[in-house]
Amino acid sequence: MSIQEISILSAAIAVSFGALGPGLGEGRAVAAAMDAIARQPDAAGTISRTLFVGLAMIETMAIYCLVIALLVLFANPFVK
Amino acid sequence: MSASPLATTVLFHIGPVPISQPVVATWIIMALMVAGSLVLTRHLRLRPGKVQAAMELITGAIDGQIREVMQADPAPYRALIGTILLFVLVANWSGALPGVSPPTAHLETDAALALIVFAATLWFGIRTLGLWGYLRTFAEPSWVMIPLNLVEQITRHFSLVIRLFGNVMSGVFVIAIMLSLAGLFVPIPLMALDLLTGAIQAYIFAILACVFIGAAISEGAPPPEPRSTP
Repeated sequence: MSIQEISILSAAIAVSFGALGPGLGEGRAVAAAMDAIARQPDAAGTISRTLFVGLAMIETMAIYCLVIALLVLFANPFVK
Repeated sequence: MSASPLATTVLFHIGPVPISQPVVATWIIMALMVAGSLVLTRHLRLRPGKVQAAMELITGAIDGQIREVMQADPAPYRALIGTILLFVLVANWSGALPGVSPPTAHLETDAALALIVFAATLWFGIRTLGLWGYLRTFAEPSWVMIPLNLVEQITRHFSLVIRLFGNVMSGVFVIAIMLSLAGLFVPIPLMALDLLTGAIQAYIFAILACVFIGAAISEGAPPPEPRSTP
Protein backbone atom coordinates (compact mmCIF):
# COMPACT_ATOMS: atom_id res chain seq x y z
CA MET A 1 0.00 0.00 0.00
CA SER A 2 1.13 3.52 -0.69
CA ILE A 3 1.42 6.21 1.95
CA GLN A 4 -1.78 7.83 0.69
CA GLU A 5 -3.86 4.67 1.09
CA ILE A 6 -2.49 4.02 4.57
CA SER A 7 -3.23 7.64 5.47
CA ILE A 8 -6.87 7.42 4.38
CA LEU A 9 -7.32 4.15 6.27
CA SER A 10 -5.69 5.48 9.41
CA ALA A 11 -7.76 8.66 9.28
CA ALA A 12 -10.93 6.57 9.14
CA ILE A 13 -9.73 4.40 12.02
CA ALA A 14 -8.79 7.46 14.08
CA VAL A 15 -12.21 9.07 13.63
CA SER A 16 -14.15 5.88 14.24
CA PHE A 17 -12.39 4.91 17.44
CA GLY A 18 -12.25 8.54 18.50
CA ALA A 19 -16.03 8.70 18.19
CA LEU A 20 -16.56 5.46 20.08
CA GLY A 21 -15.16 6.41 23.47
CA PRO A 22 -16.64 9.91 23.74
CA GLY A 23 -19.98 8.50 22.53
CA LEU A 24 -20.06 6.02 25.40
CA GLY A 25 -18.90 8.67 27.84
CA GLU A 26 -21.49 11.20 26.73
CA GLY A 27 -24.19 8.57 27.01
CA ARG A 28 -23.23 7.90 30.61
CA ALA A 29 -23.06 11.63 31.37
CA VAL A 30 -26.52 12.33 29.90
CA ALA A 31 -27.99 9.32 31.71
CA ALA A 32 -26.57 10.52 35.02
CA ALA A 33 -27.86 14.03 34.41
CA MET A 34 -31.34 12.73 33.56
CA ASP A 35 -31.30 10.70 36.74
CA ALA A 36 -30.27 13.73 38.76
CA ILE A 37 -32.97 15.93 37.19
CA ALA A 38 -35.59 13.27 37.86
CA ARG A 39 -34.56 13.12 41.50
CA GLN A 40 -34.28 16.87 41.95
CA PRO A 41 -36.17 18.89 39.33
CA ASP A 42 -35.38 22.16 41.10
CA ALA A 43 -31.72 21.86 40.19
CA ALA A 44 -32.44 21.25 36.49
CA GLY A 45 -30.95 24.57 35.38
CA THR A 46 -27.63 24.07 37.12
CA ILE A 47 -27.43 20.43 36.12
CA SER A 48 -28.10 21.04 32.45
CA ARG A 49 -25.64 23.95 32.32
CA THR A 50 -22.96 21.81 33.93
CA LEU A 51 -23.92 18.95 31.62
CA PHE A 52 -23.40 21.08 28.52
CA VAL A 53 -19.94 22.15 29.64
CA GLY A 54 -19.03 18.59 30.54
CA LEU A 55 -20.31 17.30 27.22
CA ALA A 56 -18.22 19.88 25.40
CA MET A 57 -15.17 18.71 27.35
CA ILE A 58 -15.86 15.07 26.45
CA GLU A 59 -16.54 15.94 22.85
CA THR A 60 -13.15 17.57 22.69
CA MET A 61 -11.60 14.09 22.81
CA ALA A 62 -13.41 13.21 19.58
CA ILE A 63 -12.33 16.54 18.13
CA TYR A 64 -8.71 15.70 18.92
CA CYS A 65 -9.07 12.55 16.83
CA LEU A 66 -10.69 14.57 14.05
CA VAL A 67 -7.75 16.96 14.11
CA ILE A 68 -5.36 14.02 13.90
CA ALA A 69 -7.32 12.63 10.95
CA LEU A 70 -7.26 15.98 9.17
CA LEU A 71 -3.54 16.31 9.85
CA VAL A 72 -3.00 12.89 8.33
CA LEU A 73 -5.10 13.76 5.30
CA PHE A 74 -4.08 17.35 4.61
CA ALA A 75 -0.74 17.97 6.30
CA ASN A 76 0.91 14.55 6.13
CA PRO A 77 4.66 15.03 6.55
CA PHE A 78 5.43 11.82 4.63
CA VAL A 79 3.56 12.78 1.47
CA LYS A 80 5.43 14.92 -0.98
CA MET B 1 -11.49 17.22 -1.63
CA SER B 2 -11.85 20.95 -1.06
CA ALA B 3 -9.19 23.23 0.36
CA SER B 4 -7.29 22.11 3.43
CA PRO B 5 -8.73 23.44 6.70
CA LEU B 6 -5.21 23.84 8.00
CA ALA B 7 -4.10 26.26 5.28
CA THR B 8 -4.60 30.02 5.41
CA THR B 9 -5.30 32.25 2.46
CA VAL B 10 -3.03 35.23 2.02
CA LEU B 11 -5.01 38.31 1.03
CA PHE B 12 -2.28 40.89 0.39
CA HIS B 13 1.24 41.85 1.37
CA ILE B 14 2.46 44.79 3.41
CA GLY B 15 6.08 45.02 2.37
CA PRO B 16 7.48 41.50 2.82
CA VAL B 17 4.84 40.52 5.40
CA PRO B 18 1.95 38.46 4.06
CA ILE B 19 -1.40 39.44 5.59
CA SER B 20 -3.73 36.44 5.75
CA GLN B 21 -7.50 36.34 6.04
CA PRO B 22 -7.66 35.49 9.81
CA VAL B 23 -5.45 38.47 10.61
CA VAL B 24 -7.79 40.82 8.79
CA ALA B 25 -10.83 39.26 10.49
CA THR B 26 -9.11 39.52 13.90
CA TRP B 27 -8.30 43.18 13.39
CA ILE B 28 -11.83 43.98 12.23
CA ILE B 29 -13.27 42.21 15.29
CA MET B 30 -10.79 44.01 17.55
CA ALA B 31 -11.67 47.38 16.03
CA LEU B 32 -15.40 46.73 16.38
CA MET B 33 -15.06 45.60 20.00
CA VAL B 34 -12.81 48.52 21.00
CA ALA B 35 -15.10 51.01 19.29
CA GLY B 36 -18.15 49.38 20.86
CA SER B 37 -16.71 49.45 24.36
CA LEU B 38 -15.60 53.08 23.90
CA VAL B 39 -19.10 54.09 22.82
CA LEU B 40 -20.75 52.10 25.61
CA THR B 41 -18.50 53.46 28.38
CA ARG B 42 -18.67 57.05 27.12
CA HIS B 43 -21.64 58.07 29.25
CA LEU B 44 -21.50 55.99 32.42
CA ARG B 45 -23.99 57.12 35.01
CA LEU B 46 -24.80 56.18 38.57
CA ARG B 47 -28.37 55.43 37.52
CA PRO B 48 -27.72 53.01 34.65
CA GLY B 49 -29.78 53.03 31.50
CA LYS B 50 -30.77 49.85 29.67
CA VAL B 51 -27.49 49.35 27.82
CA GLN B 52 -25.34 50.10 30.84
CA ALA B 53 -27.42 47.74 32.98
CA ALA B 54 -26.88 44.95 30.42
CA MET B 55 -23.14 45.60 30.35
CA GLU B 56 -23.01 45.60 34.15
CA LEU B 57 -24.87 42.31 34.15
CA ILE B 58 -22.23 40.76 31.86
CA THR B 59 -19.39 42.16 33.95
CA GLY B 60 -21.01 40.92 37.13
CA ALA B 61 -21.46 37.44 35.67
CA ILE B 62 -17.79 37.32 34.63
CA ASP B 63 -16.77 38.53 38.09
CA GLY B 64 -18.86 35.85 39.74
CA GLN B 65 -17.33 33.10 37.62
CA ILE B 66 -13.78 34.30 38.32
CA ARG B 67 -14.46 34.50 42.05
CA GLU B 68 -16.00 31.03 42.06
CA VAL B 69 -13.16 29.36 40.16
CA MET B 70 -10.14 31.17 41.56
CA GLN B 71 -11.37 31.86 45.11
CA ALA B 72 -9.81 35.30 44.83
CA ASP B 73 -10.74 38.91 44.25
CA PRO B 74 -11.62 39.15 40.53
CA ALA B 75 -10.36 42.72 40.03
CA PRO B 76 -6.83 41.94 38.70
CA TYR B 77 -8.10 39.24 36.34
CA ARG B 78 -11.32 40.81 35.10
CA ALA B 79 -9.79 42.61 32.13
CA LEU B 80 -7.85 39.59 30.85
CA ILE B 81 -10.49 36.92 31.37
CA GLY B 82 -13.35 39.12 30.22
CA THR B 83 -11.51 40.17 27.08
CA ILE B 84 -10.60 36.58 26.26
CA LEU B 85 -14.18 35.44 26.78
CA LEU B 86 -15.78 38.19 24.72
CA PHE B 87 -13.18 38.04 21.95
CA VAL B 88 -13.41 34.27 21.54
CA LEU B 89 -17.19 34.49 21.65
CA VAL B 90 -17.38 37.18 18.97
CA ALA B 91 -14.74 35.41 16.88
CA ASN B 92 -16.59 32.09 17.07
CA TRP B 93 -19.90 33.69 16.17
CA SER B 94 -18.43 35.74 13.34
CA GLY B 95 -18.59 32.57 11.26
CA ALA B 96 -22.37 33.03 11.08
CA LEU B 97 -21.88 36.11 8.91
CA PRO B 98 -21.73 35.28 5.20
CA GLY B 99 -18.28 35.41 3.73
CA VAL B 100 -16.46 35.46 7.08
CA SER B 101 -14.43 32.50 8.27
CA PRO B 102 -13.95 32.75 12.05
CA PRO B 103 -10.36 33.58 12.97
CA THR B 104 -10.46 30.99 15.75
CA ALA B 105 -10.91 28.29 13.08
CA HIS B 106 -7.23 28.78 12.24
CA LEU B 107 -4.48 27.36 14.38
CA GLU B 108 -2.47 30.58 14.59
CA THR B 109 -5.14 32.66 16.35
CA ASP B 110 -5.75 29.96 18.94
CA ALA B 111 -2.02 29.55 19.49
CA ALA B 112 -1.71 33.30 20.07
CA LEU B 113 -4.59 33.23 22.58
CA ALA B 114 -3.11 30.28 24.45
CA LEU B 115 0.28 32.02 24.46
CA ILE B 116 -1.38 35.02 26.13
CA VAL B 117 -2.88 32.69 28.74
CA PHE B 118 0.52 31.04 29.27
CA ALA B 119 2.25 34.40 29.72
CA ALA B 120 -0.50 35.51 32.10
CA THR B 121 -0.07 32.32 34.13
CA LEU B 122 3.64 33.00 34.53
CA TRP B 123 3.09 36.71 35.23
CA PHE B 124 0.41 36.25 37.89
CA GLY B 125 2.24 33.30 39.45
CA ILE B 126 5.50 35.22 39.75
CA ARG B 127 3.72 38.38 40.91
CA THR B 128 1.85 36.55 43.66
CA LEU B 129 4.49 34.13 44.90
CA GLY B 130 7.74 35.78 43.80
CA LEU B 131 10.10 34.19 41.28
CA TRP B 132 11.58 31.66 43.67
CA GLY B 133 8.26 30.83 45.25
CA TYR B 134 6.69 30.25 41.84
CA LEU B 135 9.57 28.07 40.67
CA ARG B 136 9.26 26.02 43.85
CA THR B 137 5.67 25.09 43.01
CA PHE B 138 7.07 23.00 40.17
CA ALA B 139 8.73 20.76 42.74
CA GLU B 140 5.51 20.54 44.64
CA PRO B 141 4.89 17.26 46.22
CA SER B 142 8.53 16.33 45.70
CA TRP B 143 11.40 17.11 43.31
CA VAL B 144 10.64 13.94 41.34
CA MET B 145 7.63 15.74 39.88
CA ILE B 146 9.65 18.54 38.21
CA PRO B 147 9.77 17.08 34.68
CA LEU B 148 6.13 16.00 34.93
CA ASN B 149 5.04 19.48 36.01
CA LEU B 150 7.03 21.09 33.21
CA VAL B 151 5.46 18.76 30.64
CA GLU B 152 2.03 19.44 32.10
CA GLN B 153 2.50 23.20 31.69
CA ILE B 154 3.16 22.70 28.00
CA THR B 155 0.60 20.03 27.23
CA ARG B 156 -2.33 21.75 28.89
CA HIS B 157 -1.79 24.92 26.92
CA PHE B 158 -1.33 22.87 23.78
CA SER B 159 -4.61 21.09 24.46
CA LEU B 160 -6.19 24.54 24.95
CA VAL B 161 -5.08 25.41 21.41
CA ILE B 162 -6.27 22.17 19.87
CA ARG B 163 -9.59 22.22 21.72
CA LEU B 164 -10.66 25.64 20.46
CA PHE B 165 -9.23 25.09 16.99
CA GLY B 166 -10.76 21.65 16.57
CA ASN B 167 -14.21 22.63 17.73
CA VAL B 168 -14.54 25.78 15.65
CA MET B 169 -12.80 24.36 12.60
CA SER B 170 -14.87 21.17 12.64
CA GLY B 171 -18.04 23.27 12.73
CA VAL B 172 -16.94 25.26 9.69
CA PHE B 173 -15.82 22.08 7.95
CA VAL B 174 -19.07 20.19 8.57
CA ILE B 175 -21.14 23.14 7.31
CA ALA B 176 -18.98 23.33 4.18
CA ILE B 177 -19.49 19.61 3.53
CA MET B 178 -23.25 19.90 4.09
CA LEU B 179 -23.42 22.87 1.73
CA SER B 180 -21.62 20.94 -0.98
CA LEU B 181 -24.01 17.98 -0.51
CA ALA B 182 -27.42 19.58 -0.03
CA GLY B 183 -28.66 22.98 -0.88
CA LEU B 184 -30.43 25.78 0.82
CA PHE B 185 -31.91 25.14 4.26
CA VAL B 186 -30.25 21.88 5.29
CA PRO B 187 -27.17 23.41 7.03
CA ILE B 188 -29.24 25.77 9.21
CA PRO B 189 -29.63 23.38 12.21
CA LEU B 190 -25.92 22.69 12.04
CA MET B 191 -25.21 26.42 12.02
CA ALA B 192 -27.39 26.79 15.13
CA LEU B 193 -25.43 23.97 16.75
CA ASP B 194 -22.26 25.78 15.71
CA LEU B 195 -23.41 28.92 17.55
CA LEU B 196 -24.03 26.85 20.69
CA THR B 197 -20.63 25.16 20.38
CA GLY B 198 -18.97 28.54 19.87
CA ALA B 199 -20.52 29.96 23.03
CA ILE B 200 -19.64 26.88 25.10
CA GLN B 201 -16.08 26.80 23.81
CA ALA B 202 -15.59 30.50 24.58
CA TYR B 203 -16.83 29.83 28.12
CA ILE B 204 -14.56 26.80 28.49
CA PHE B 205 -11.55 28.69 27.18
CA ALA B 206 -12.08 31.51 29.68
CA ILE B 207 -12.79 29.11 32.57
CA LEU B 208 -9.67 27.06 31.81
CA ALA B 209 -7.61 30.25 31.70
CA CYS B 210 -9.05 31.01 35.15
CA VAL B 211 -8.19 27.53 36.38
CA PHE B 212 -4.59 27.75 35.11
CA ILE B 213 -4.00 31.18 36.63
CA GLY B 214 -5.74 30.10 39.83
CA ALA B 215 -3.53 27.03 40.06
CA ALA B 216 -0.45 29.20 39.54
CA ILE B 217 -1.33 31.64 42.31
CA SER B 218 -2.55 29.12 44.87
CA GLU B 219 0.89 27.74 45.68
CA GLY B 220 0.72 24.26 44.24
CA ALA B 221 -2.60 23.48 45.85
CA PRO B 222 -4.93 21.48 43.60
CA PRO B 223 -7.03 23.84 41.46
CA PRO B 224 -10.51 24.43 42.84
CA GLU B 225 -13.17 22.37 41.09
CA PRO B 226 -14.39 24.67 38.31
CA ARG B 227 -17.65 22.97 37.53
CA SER B 228 -19.17 22.65 40.97
CA THR B 229 -21.74 25.41 40.38
CA PRO B 230 -20.98 27.33 37.21
